[in-house]
Amino acid sequence: MAVPAPVLTMSGIGKQFPGVKALDDVDLRLLPGEVHALMGENGAGKSTLIKVLTGVHPADAGTIELAGRTVAFGSPLEAQQAGISTVYQEVNLCPNLSVAENILLGREPRRLGRIDWRRMRARAHQLLARLDVRLDVSAPLSVYSLAVQQMVAIARAVDIDARVLILDEPTSSLDADEVQQLFRVMRRLKEEGIAILFVSHFLDQIYEISDRMTILRNGRLVGEYPTSELSQVELVAKMIGQELAALERLHGEAKTFDRPLVEARGLGRSGAIEPFSLTIHEGEVVGLAGLLGSGRTEVARLLFGADHAGSGELAIGGAPTSLRTPRAAMTHRIAFCSENRKEDGLVPDLTVRENIVLALQATRGWTRPVPRETQDDLVGKYVKALRISPPNPEIPVRNLSGGNQQKVVLARWLILEPRLLILDEPTRGIDVGAKAEIQRLVAELSDGGMAVLFISAELEEVLRLSHKVEVLRDRRLVAELPNDESLTTDVLLETIASGGRVS
Amino acid sequence: MTALTFGRASVPVKYLPVLVTGCLFVAMFVAGGIRYEGFASGQVVLNVFIDNAFLLVVAVGMTFVILTGGIDLSVGSVVALSTMIAASLMEGPGWPPYVVVPLVLLIGSGLGLVMGWIIQSFDIQPFIVTLAGMFLARGLCYTIGTDSIPIRDATFTAFAQTRIDLFADLWVSPSVVIALVVVAVAAYVLHYTRFGRSVYATGGNEQSALLMGLPVARTKITVYTVSGFCSALGGVLLSFYMLSGYGLHAVGMELDAIAAVVIGGTLLTGGTGFLLGTVLGVLVLGLIQTIISFEGTLNSWWTKIFIGLLLFVFILLQRPFSGRVRR
Repeated sequence: MAVPAPVLTMSGIGKQFPGVKALDDVDLRLLPGEVHALMGENGAGKSTLIKVLTGVHPADAGTIELAGRTVAFGSPLEAQQAGISTVYQEVNLCPNLSVAENILLGREPRRLGRIDWRRMRARAHQLLARLDVRLDVSAPLSVYSLAVQQMVAIARAVDIDARVLILDEPTSSLDADEVQQLFRVMRRLKEEGIAILFVSHFLDQIYEISDRMTILRNGRLVGEYPTSELSQVELVAKMIGQELAALERLHGEAKTFDRPLVEARGLGRSGAIEPFSLTIHEGEVVGLAGLLGSGRTEVARLLFGADHAGSGELAIGGAPTSLRTPRAAMTHRIAFCSENRKEDGLVPDLTVRENIVLALQATRGWTRPVPRETQDDLVGKYVKALRISPPNPEIPVRNLSGGNQQKVVLARWLILEPRLLILDEPTRGIDVGAKAEIQRLVAELSDGGMAVLFISAELEEVLRLSHKVEVLRDRRLVAELPNDESLTTDVLLETIASGGRVS
Repeated sequence: MTALTFGRASVPVKYLPVLVTGCLFVAMFVAGGIRYEGFASGQVVLNVFIDNAFLLVVAVGMTFVILTGGIDLSVGSVVALSTMIAASLMEGPGWPPYVVVPLVLLIGSGLGLVMGWIIQSFDIQPFIVTLAGMFLARGLCYTIGTDSIPIRDATFTAFAQTRIDLFADLWVSPSVVIALVVVAVAAYVLHYTRFGRSVYATGGNEQSALLMGLPVARTKITVYTVSGFCSALGGVLLSFYMLSGYGLHAVGMELDAIAAVVIGGTLLTGGTGFLLGTVLGVLVLGLIQTIISFEGTLNSWWTKIFIGLLLFVFILLQRPFSGRVRR
């Protein structure tokens, strides 16, 4: 098969941010009618490469050729007009306007300067039909799910005579059916000869949809491969640059724990979680497994005092306590690392060091500043321990990748030396390498005597880390399973599905 | 869910706030009609228009600004400044109205343009910029004169006192016609032009609007210019109504205008609302005044109390609605 001429060629791209070399001599080729996956860990430079391509950041070095002509875009709008459209993870549309308007805003069909609403709806309908999507185009966008909004964003993107469509992590908040719907749309566009650049952390999806892939590591090009010729293991190895350590169970045998740290008896809150009893011992990792919305986060919020318990009692270190506020929980040295790192109070313009000491400073009060040497010591220790990259505590947090920002949040809590660390989906949306590091860290912390409540949607991860697994279903704690040889993901799945009734 | 069903009729959710305000107006009118003799006549409604034509025009400008998610606190002061400039130019040098009125409109638009430009270019909160504009315009009134200046220009007073007879014994003033024309033009612009849709898009999500390639900067500057123009026109209509220019005219009118827009169902966060709602909002405010004057024994400050209570109720009503829209 003859390889068609690439529609887009980026060669020798370099980009420098203050303190970070984000891209160094990176090449990327997109062929018409292919789905091309851009792979790499967090911080490998994927987002930066896309931003350079779409004109958000100017490139410091290298050239971009679109259909044989050298181009340089000053803004995303210029890139769009040249035929490079981007759909981001967070959909950039106006939820208050109708679907039709969102597709055609700025290009509305007009008659004598007056917007022709009827033709506009017809045109929107037609564009969606091209993607095999049928919607009420006069309804406001906000009534539709994120997945549908993404389809609308794609419909808008391809209407502008797009030759290149960039999909930046479009699937991270979609469920399986929605992902399939998105893939149908992608295949259709591919048949029309559009080159699609696809970014995703889900390896299965990459193998399902993509034709070729380009792998980046630490801002450098690793290589370009046809998807069919690279196994998943090889891919991961290339992404993290080493043979992936065998991801076995980190806690081989079930240890015995005899010093209960947190004991909940009949703790519950109506409408959020049915009364449950749970004991977390010192040095124990307790996994919470269950589907989204099964009450995992609600358990964590009760134990952190973010919600008031309606019933039951709680004892910490043997003494009965009621946690009225998160502050009260913090005085008992309970830390809660929530799932939204963006809203969790990372201050993007402050440096890594300043962000890390924020919580420590807050517990001391503003009249007793943390001495600079203590700060540097602590921060240096955690930057090293968590392998925050780049290892420079004086650069603004916003220059860090998502996974590294997550580590900064983690460091902020660890610096308080909590006795119980609650981690809500700490590894969501971050790549394999960073995931393994965070898991390793959790294991080390618990060996050091810290209790960890670990919440994750990934059963393998829960199994690998936990000493015991609490299974939740429909806002009820249905089973407590010791993590021994007999516990497998199949057993867990079975328990979740049956609601713990079998045993 | 895009529609609520009442029996067989179905109303899209987006029209719900306007519908609530409309029902409130009708209910108030019916209640007044039952309670007071001579209340239930067409002229009472028309009088509400006549007495509030200037507020209606100012509220139209405010609607544009609030739809983009901004606010314009300068409108009351610009109204006062417009009456002052109009009165002083006609009384002092004796300039004819057809020179003075366009000049006043130009000055008002210019003030709005400058405020919009500052808000946009320096990325400053509209609240603070228009607050500065408010003090500036109010202060300028007193550099022209500290006392009320009567308007005696023959053409001007003749136009102001014209009665346009409708059928039966009903009549309106020319100001009402002007105000309704403004409403019609504004509604057309908001619904049928790209500028109008950019206003909604900017209010819905400014960042997205920018990424979608809309002229956000131009749109924002334009809405403040529109608001400035409407304030100046409101000032001209107020001069017709008062036949004087005075630095203490229209004190607090910016807040009346904001109240009317909010009662009309437009969200202060921007992006949602209709001009028809604003018209109904002004009518509700006017009708409260009418009812209190019919009551006779009540102090006019009761108007403020009722407006306050209504605002509380409407903000609470909008709460679940705005939650859904902003998600």
